[in-house]
Amino acid sequence: MLTRRGALFAAAVAALAWCGTSASERSSLRGQETDTERAIEHYRQMLKDDPWSNPGLLDVDRGETLWATPRGPKNVSLEACDLGKGPGKVEGAFAELPRYFADADQVMDLETRLLWCMEKLQGFNRADIIKRPHPGGGQPVKELGAIATWIAHQANGARFAAPSAHPKEKEAVALGQALFERRSGPFDFACTTCHAEPGKRIRLQGLPHLASPEEARKVIGEWPAYRVSSTHVMTMQHRLYDCYWQMRMPELEFGSEASVALIAYLVNKADGGEITAPAIKR
Amino acid sequence: MKPILVAVGLSALFATSTLSADRLTVDPARAEAAIKAAFRAAPPDWQSRLIPDDTLSECSGTDNSPSAAQFEAIRKREAAKVAYPDDGKLLGDWKKGERLAQSGYGMRFTDYPPRNPNGGNCYACHQLTRHEVSYGTIGPSLLGYGKARGTTPEAVKEVYEKIYNPHATFACSLMPRFGTNKVLTVEQTKDLVALLMDPASPVNE
Repeated sequence: MLTRRGALFAAAVAALAWCGTSASERSSLRGQETDTERAIEHYRQMLKDDPWSNPGLLDVDRGETLWATPRGPKNVSLEACDLGKGPGKVEGAFAELPRYFADADQVMDLETRLLWCMEKLQGFNRADIIKRPHPGGGQPVKELGAIATWIAHQANGARFAAPSAHPKEKEAVALGQALFERRSGPFDFACTTCHAEPGKRIRLQGLPHLASPEEARKVIGEWPAYRVSSTHVMTMQHRLYDCYWQMRMPELEFGSEASVALIAYLVNKADGGEITAPAIKR
Repeated sequence: MKPILVAVGLSALFATSTLSADRLTVDPARAEAAIKAAFRAAPPDWQSRLIPDDTLSECSGTDNSPSAAQFEAIRKREAAKVAYPDDGKLLGDWKKGERLAQSGYGMRFTDYPPRNPNGGNCYACHQLTRHEVSYGTIGPSLLGYGKARGTTPEAVKEVYEKIYNPHATFACSLMPRFGTNKVLTVEQTKDLVALLMDPASPVNE
């Protein structure tokens, strides 16, 4: 696995170095830009070509074990957890989330629902779990995240079809859109600062135009994803937390209504998009 | 009514447009409450980051496309928030400016207590020199910026104002108000002006 990853890194470095050394030989800047993007795409393709090179699959296995293991103060497994398709029904459940759950009287994404089940079924303390819900660089995804990765993987090949009949589901999408476009903080950023147009980049990192169903369908189903730069699986809740970090906002609370609403909005835009989690990201 | 008509018009023009006339809206107070709850653990001196000022509210509310009247009102309001150096000198050191343009450090919640000065992170969004191939494309390319405009006092002042508060020139610009929001100091802003305008800067090679 390490050798494989080393090779991928070498390929990435070579691809980027190739852009650097040949830049001066190029006659036009337009050409340089196209070559840079082509090299990055080549790197991404190499990552995709061999699915077993994906270290995120280790967390899929870990999540499967954790789901079935009796844990928490009540020492029970999560097998009675209802992800929307009935207690213990995991396959394809991720494709229909976020959704409204009558027992909690709120809309929940996968991770927020798992948090709810860990609290209600296993007796875990919610405050303890959300205090540090995400791994630091180089640390593996937390237990809840590993379980989420397994559940998302169990929906691979399915297409997003989150329900939208309940008024609270409609409201979550609308709230998510308002938050997506809402600017604040010392940098005056909103999600739309980076994700409102197609074909844009930060440095060399391509930015999906997430209000566009075509682009949202390509990327939303990739999360949770294995992130090469931080060497761990990053869940969607973590992805949003990291966006707000970059936006110079405070720490986004795990499972907050705002976080669920943003995910509801993104999944709504990605409706019909295929789930391919965990994908490999830069 | 007007935004809806515009949305319908745009949808008709572009088949791929995602604008929708039947879009659900939420009460702005609802969104503010959700933000407050989502960041409730933030320390007291961070609470102000959660509250958009009038300019940001108007920009967010119009998807950064203010009406002509709003555009002028925002521009005027933000122009009043530009502060200039006492000695009137707006050109600093382009070498320091280049370091600032490369640095994305500062004001993230992991950046406290500060270990470095805040950066401008210009390369995240702009092309500036031929030497740096890792640049973003959210903003326009600034390659040859000073060469194209010359170093007249007016041109230099315009760049200073654009960095200090971009809304003073272009209302609802996506760029941070580096000076007004106290991200960069006046001295740092001058160094960035030099990076763009100094004939010796690699931007103008």
